[in-house]
Amino acid sequence: MRFTLKKDKSGVVIVGVEGQLIVGNRQELKQKVLDALEEGSRKFVIDFSKTGYIDSSGLGVLVSLSKKIREQGGELRLAGLNADLQTLFELTKLDTLFAITRTAEEALAAF
Amino acid sequence: MSLQFDFSKNTMKLDVPSDLGMVGDAVELVANNLPPGTLSPRRISFNLRTALAEALGNAIRYGTGEDPDRSVRVLVELLNDAVRIYIVDDGHGFDTDRLPDPTRPENIEREFGRGLFVIRHLVDDVAFNAKGNGICLTLRAGA
Repeated sequence: MRFTLKKDKSGVVIVGVEGQLIVGNRQELKQKVLDALEEGSRKFVIDFSKTGYIDSSGLGVLVSLSKKIREQGGELRLAGLNADLQTLFELTKLDTLFAITRTAEEALAAF
Repeated sequence: MSLQFDFSKNTMKLDVPSDLGMVGDAVELVANNLPPGTLSPRRISFNLRTALAEALGNAIRYGTGEDPDRSVRVLVELLNDAVRIYIVDDGHGFDTDRLPDPTRPENIEREFGRGLFVIRHLVDDVAFNAKGNGICLTLRAGA
């Protein structure tokens, strides 16, 4: 499991989640995003195209990050969910909380 | 701290140290040792992994309080038509009927409280022992 951060030319931070986002690694993701927020970034895309599964702690950290980013006038978008992850967001109704796009490129284009 | 793993013909036994950082490794150990054909690859890669991570995370966080001197026991039974996973901690248990619905509008933005809700949607059957410190997850083949 690994998290990657890169910034596109318009300043959007794209976070890649490889493997899983679960109780054991959620704090690492949270800290990386909060560090970027602290450094002035305001637009974020989390790309799940290489993610196998997310548990409720992973969902919770996304909710927490979304709130913190919005409080700073920013926005968090999610992208690349596979069919199972999309279903997970729908059954928890978190699809109503997040802007979700099929690909990271679509998320970037929507900013 | 390390995982203690024992695999016989139809059962796996696993002692997971009370460390949230061990959850991912424990899940992979179980998932990667399931005999081919037990469950569909998709159910193993998503339903089983997510539900087991949830149950282990709950047991470590709430059951054993992340105490490094304690551990959580996992027993996996490989049945003809199902995989049954027991996760038991040595905590005081909890009342599963008192959990709020995480999909209600007032709860959507809460960080916690989705674990059991998610588990119930990912497996075919969920049961608890009387004390509330043990959960049994059943995933049926062909479901």
